[in-house]
This record gives sequence, C-alpha cells and structure tokens, in this order.
Amino acid sequence: MTSRLVGNRMARIDGLSKVTGSATYVGDLVIPGTCEGIVVRSPYPHAVISSLELDRARAVPGVLAIIGYADLPGPDHYYGHVVPDHPILADGKVRYAGEPVVAIAANDGVSAMQAARQVEVRYEELPFVDRVEDAADGDVLVHDRPGNVCAQSVTGWSDVDAAMSTADVVVEGEYRYPNTYAYAMEPYIAVASFSGGTLTVWSSAQHPFVVRTTLARCFGLPLSRVRVAAPLVGGGYGSKSFTKIEPLAAALTLTIGRPVRLALSIEESVLTTRGDGAITRLRTGFTADGHIVARDATVLLDTGAYAESSPGVAEKASRRLGGPYRIPALRVDSSAIYTNTPPASSLRGFGAPQVVWASEQQMNVAAEQLGLDQFEIRLRNLVRPGEAHIPGYRPMDADLGGDLELLRDGLAWDSPCRPGRARGIALSVSDAGYIPVSTAEIHLNSDGSATVYSGSVEMGQGSATVIAQVVGEELGLTMDQIDVLQGDTGTVPFETSTGASRTTTLAGAALVQACEDTKEQLRVFACEAFGLEMSEVIGDCGGIRAGDKRYLWADIIRAWFGGDRGAVIGRGYVRQAGVFAQLPPFWEVGCVGVEVSLDAQTGVVRIEHLVTVGDVGKAINPDLVEGQDLGAAVMGLGMAVYEELVFADGELLNGNIVDYRVPRASDINKFTSRIAERADGTGPYGVKGSGEGALNPVAPAIASALTKLTGRRHCRAPLSPVQIWRDLYQLDG
Amino acid sequence: MRTTCVVNATGVDIEHEAGETLLSVLRARLGLTGAKLSCDMQVCGVCTVLVDDLPVSSCTLLFADCAGGRIRTVEGLAADGKLHPVQKAFLSYNAFQCGYCTPGQIMTCVALLEHGTHFTYEQVTEYLSGTLCRCTGYLPIRAAAEAARSTAATTSGEK
Repeated sequence: MTSRLVGNRMARIDGLSKVTGSATYVGDLVIPGTCEGIVVRSPYPHAVISSLELDRARAVPGVLAIIGYADLPGPDHYYGHVVPDHPILADGKVRYAGEPVVAIAANDGVSAMQAARQVEVRYEELPFVDRVEDAADGDVLVHDRPGNVCAQSVTGWSDVDAAMSTADVVVEGEYRYPNTYAYAMEPYIAVASFSGGTLTVWSSAQHPFVVRTTLARCFGLPLSRVRVAAPLVGGGYGSKSFTKIEPLAAALTLTIGRPVRLALSIEESVLTTRGDGAITRLRTGFTADGHIVARDATVLLDTGAYAESSPGVAEKASRRLGGPYRIPALRVDSSAIYTNTPPASSLRGFGAPQVVWASEQQMNVAAEQLGLDQFEIRLRNLVRPGEAHIPGYRPMDADLGGDLELLRDGLAWDSPCRPGRARGIALSVSDAGYIPVSTAEIHLNSDGSATVYSGSVEMGQGSATVIAQVVGEELGLTMDQIDVLQGDTGTVPFETSTGASRTTTLAGAALVQACEDTKEQLRVFACEAFGLEMSEVIGDCGGIRAGDKRYLWADIIRAWFGGDRGAVIGRGYVRQAGVFAQLPPFWEVGCVGVEVSLDAQTGVVRIEHLVTVGDVGKAINPDLVEGQDLGAAVMGLGMAVYEELVFADGELLNGNIVDYRVPRASDINKFTSRIAERADGTGPYGVKGSGEGALNPVAPAIASALTKLTGRRHCRAPLSPVQIWRDLYQLDG
Repeated sequence: MRTTCVVNATGVDIEHEAGETLLSVLRARLGLTGAKLSCDMQVCGVCTVLVDDLPVSSCTLLFADCAGGRIRTVEGLAADGKLHPVQKAFLSYNAFQCGYCTPGQIMTCVALLEHGTHFTYEQVTEYLSGTLCRCTGYLPIRAAAEAARSTAATTSGEK
C-alpha cells in the first residue's frame, strides 16, 4: 500500500496558530490571581553568604513572600537528574555569579523589583576559578571534589601507546571549543500554582515528566499531585531539558498559596544553563596509507557550578570522539570539571560538537599529509553497516559510505572551487536516543476521528505533525481527523524526554503500538457488534472488511457502544527490550560539507555553500528533516564562527543579544540538503532520529576548509575575526 | 494616563502606566499576545509590530508615544477569514519551527512587501537580518518573503 501521509511533505498542524499569533506559550497564559516572581542573584562567583536580611524587603508594599534557602518548603532542597547537587536557592554558599539567592513574589513586577533592591545579602568572597584548565589543577575547589572532577568517563581498548608507536604519521593537537548558549528566543518561564493539594506548573520545558518527578521529590508530594504542563516551547535545543526554574516558582506558590509567574529575562536565562566548553588534547596515529592505528585523547569539559547533565556529556563525549571508524586502539579520558560559572547542561550535540571539533580536523590534517582527499581517508577507515565501532554497543546501522557519496555530489567536490574559496567536510555519529522508554495513548472517537496523547513536546521540531502523520497512516485517517495533545503530565501518558533526537523513533514506536492495539480492539468489537467471524476480518484503510461489506471505525464504535457514545482507547509501551534491547536505539549521523571564503584583511569567515546529508532511515516528513538539518547546521555555524560566552574575573561579560552574536539571515546563503532513506533504523518505517547530527561536523568542516586557504591549523573555536588573526600570525603561544 | 490610537483598524482608548511599553499594552491589556518578549532591548526583532506602516520594536516603544498612531499586529493581518499573502507564504515554505519569532518575522515581511518591492535580493536579506531566528536557519523565511513579494508584484497590477 502506498503511503498517504508518511513520507510526504504534509503541512504542519501547528502552522495556522503560529502564523496568526494565536499559538500559546507559557507567557501567553492568563491564570487568574497570578502574581509576579523575581530572583535576587549573587554578584560573586564564589562566596559564603554570611548574612541575609529580608525584613526591609518584606516591608515593601505589595510583597507577598520572600524566601531564602532556610525558608524553602518541602523535604529536599536539591535537584539534579544525575547528581542532585543543585540547590533550589544558594545553600549558604554561592558558586557562580548569577546564582539565585532569594526568590520574591509580589502583586506586580514593580513591587517585586523594589523588594529585590531591599534585600540585604552580605557575602564573604572566596577564591574562585573560572577557567577549566585552572579548575582541573584543583587548587580552588567548587565542591569538595579533588581536581574539581564532577564526572569522568573513559572509553577505550587495547594498548594505545604500543599501537601509536607503530604509526607512520601522528597528528597531535590541542583544541578549544567555547562555552556556548543555546539562545532560545523564548526565555525561561514558569507559572506555578498550588491549589487544592495539587501543584501545577506550566513551564517552557522539554521534559515535563522529569520535572514532575523532581518537584514531587523536592516538595514531598506524590506524582499524582504534581502536574507539569508544557504548551508550545519557544525553542529548546536541549537548554530546556530536565529541571530549571520550576522548583523556584513552585517554592513561591507553596509559600503563598497563589499562582506565581517567574519570567526570566534573556540575561538571566543565559545565567541559567549553558553548553559545556571543552579542551581536547588528541593524538591520532595513521599508517602511510591512511588507516587509523590509534587515537588517544583527554577531554576537559567546563561544566560550571553544578553537575546537571555533565556526567552524561562526559560519557557521550568519550564515545563520540573516535568517530565511525575502525580504531584498533582507543583511549578517550573525558572529565567534566566544575568551575565557578553558570552550570552547563544539555545542549544540542551533547558532547559531540566539542570533541568532533578535534577528531574530524585530525582526519583532514592526516589526509593532507598523506596525499589523500578528505573523502578517501574516511572511506578507508569507515565501519560498514553491521560492524560495531564500539564494543558492546549497537553495530553501525548507517551506510556512511553512501552518505559520503551524497555529500560529495551535493558539495560538487570534484568541480574546481572559485579563487578565495575552499571546501571541507566532516562526519560524526552519535549514540542518540537517550533512554528507550515511551508510552502513547490514542482515543478513537465515535465519529472516527482520533485524539492522540503524547508526552512529547512540540518545540519547533515538528513532533506534533510527525505524530499525526504516523497515526493517520496507521489508522487510515486524514490529518484533519487527528488532534495531538502533548506535554501535560495531567493528561498525556509518560514520556521520558523530548531531546536526544529520540521522538520520531521512540515515541513513534509507542504510537504505532497504540495504533495496533486500537485496531485489534476494533476488530474484536466489529465481530461482536456485527456477528462476524474473526477469520473473515480483513484490514482496510480507515476500517475493516468482512466479505463484501466494509465497516469504518465510526460504524464499529457506534454499533458496539450504542448511539454516538464511547471511544476506543489504544495504548503502546516501549521499553529497553526487543528491537530496543541494545543501546543506542540508533546512531545519529552528522555528515556536513562546506565551501567557505575568508576575508584575510578582516578575518571574516563566510559559509558560501552548506551541504548536509540527513541519514534518517525514513523521512516521515522531508520538510521537517530539512528544517532540522538546516537549523542544526546554522546553530553549528554560530558556535564555529560567532559564539562564545566570555568570562573574566568570574563574571559573564557578554550574556546578552548584542554581545553574544547568534547567526543572522545574512550569514547563510546557499544550502543543499540530501536525505538518505535506507529504512535501516529501529523506529517505525525504519526511521532514525534527526535534530542534532547536522550541528556536530560544521565547525571542523569549516576549520579544515580554512586551513586550505590559510595554511594554518585552526584549533580554537569560535573562528572569530580576532581568532583568525591570531591563527594567521600565530599569536597564541 | 490615557492614550488613544488605532490597533488593527479598531479605535482604542487605554488607561495605562506612563512607562508602559507598546508590547506590554498589546499583550496584557489588549490580549494580543502574538508579539513576544525576548531581548527587551530592540535588537532581536521578535516583538516587531507596525506603527504607521513602519516596523518597530514594541518592547522599547512607549505606548504613550503611539498616541494617534495606527498599529498593526499579526492578529490583524487576516481579512474576511483569508490569510495575508505573507502568512500563506510562511505556511507554504515552512518558514517557522518553534514559532516564537514568527509574528515578528511576519510583520517585518509585511513591511518589506509594502516598502521594499524594489529591493534586490541582497537588500531583502539585509532587511530581514534585523529579526533573529534560532530554529530555521533563515532560508525558509527568505523564501517565504520572496514568494510573497512575487505574488504581490504579479497581483497588485501595475502602479
């Protein structure tokens, strides 16, 4: 049967509301009685709070509550999905400039601000450390962890030193990747309301069920009495994963019993979550014909003041550095290091951009030294489909050689480049998908329309549309007959998270199961209602056939329940079993080529042509895949060329839209998208995820192209004009 | 204080704080939540609306300074149940993802249509550079803007 919906460029179901201004985000909600929350933050990167005087602030008219750590309600004042080391408010000590110390609720924003100014905090400054290489020395400790090591992860096998000694060529270097900010256009915002014994929090959150678990634990409530609802999320990219400001808002509403809105500014949002910067020292040994003999790396990730996702980022970095190659001997020692800076947590790529920056550049350096082109050196080392590049993990599902062919063609690699331009490529694979636990629920209504309930969140990637396409395909419905409800733990079934490029594959699998469950019930009901034998029932589009009669879903439901009443409820469960028993659920491919130009006088780098290959198994909606690949690649361009959070004396200097430069419309011109569909994924229709892969290779591809123009290595991102000058004139010692 | 002006072709007479911005009045007093708050310093363009046909950053324009003005927001674009050509183009070209910047992008493009029919491709790019998007990578927005301009050029008749 040909696909009616899956594989087609169906119009997004959230489109109309988004182009008419009726789309609802947390900031658009009107909840009666809501008062305003505000946060007082530490000006110091590391200090003891020696006294906290709140009486003057409490006396400000319109103030409803002012709380410090000692006033926090609930049994547990710490959160953190891996290491719960993150206090809701600073616990007698502040560990980064910008850390929340006091939270205030007032009738209106002006009163809240006036009260904030009356809060008197005395600090005793402590020595601080804001550079990861200094923090690793361990002279100044952020927590009581030697060497400020938050987490360490080592991936490897065989005797790296012995193998390296057999190399004909060794490429060696130290690579720096910046601290970055996701910069969602929608700042962090949460509205919390404690009423009738139930805590409800509306939040711009990617993982409502994780937040629910955190809030339940922190405030001593059963999961059934905590509801977290994410309507549309105005940009996530990982920065709105896990728990952010929800406990702060919840603490305030629990204190005063009225709804409290906590809306952060952009500057506060930058101080809330960032992406890990990294220093990677890497040696790769090659034979004379370009085969890798060994890779040996240490990675220091600058993880900021609290653990957040860092143990996971360190682990993923150690697995993502090597690349999809046959590596006889590998050692990647990856550490997440605490510093007195805003905490790093999930960000698109999750460790891959930081390390692929080093490892893919070295492939291209070796290629140049050995007289191979950038494609050839990779083809000689690639693992084939079915071959495991990391023992114990899922063998490679992707045909990377095929992807490189598409890239070569899309980039017109074999045609001469215009003068002043050069091309570079890079390739990455990421163990994506996070944890394969997902559930889904479908209500098939008595008129044959379907309401789909998913714990996933719509943050722009198009999850709602993909869900509707899959369900419509499986149940034989049109898009108009389907409504998708997401992201509200009070109404939708459990979803682990929306991130790690997992939704189409894992939530999709749960949905297909739910569709099967629905159809199975309908077959049984049809037999009961119409006196059929199961053996004569044949599936049909939107219904069943028995003999020469056709029964639509609506016919069956009405006949079985009576009148226009009733609904069939189908459900699906996914866990780490069956097709998802082996991790990762799939490998997410990043395959990117660029043609760049460089103005040697100004140091300005431009991408003149960007090419991405989306190896997605099945493009359920090609428009959405292209959207993810372009969006991810342009974000990668930002982090490669423009973006860096700059700290000095423990203070963030550029946490605003003027001084932190994200890409603009004038930065990207020509884009070629290729999509490979080989049905080689574990998801429905052989799908694999998308959304992060195209970011990872952008920076090394750009640097490798620039090297052709400059004759220099470019080991420090971002490749700003200043950095280009430093590289050209070798100003870095 | 009170300020009188026209919002989406409807006269309004609003009691407001002296320091209240146009964005705040639109969102909190008029229920027009399409325009969004982001940078709050007139750089990112997410709060863009039209005042007397010109795009402005509503986050830093005092509502009092709009007295007597004609304000248009994304909510006022569709007429008689029909989407504006820019809205249609945004749908056709998937010129949005999370949608947070979309009202600002759309109003910028409406202004472009009304003022920039003679712009070159490079000038259009420059014009659009003032409204940031972190999701799409911009090219679909540019494609939508070009398509809307072409439609306007062919259907507007010759001036």
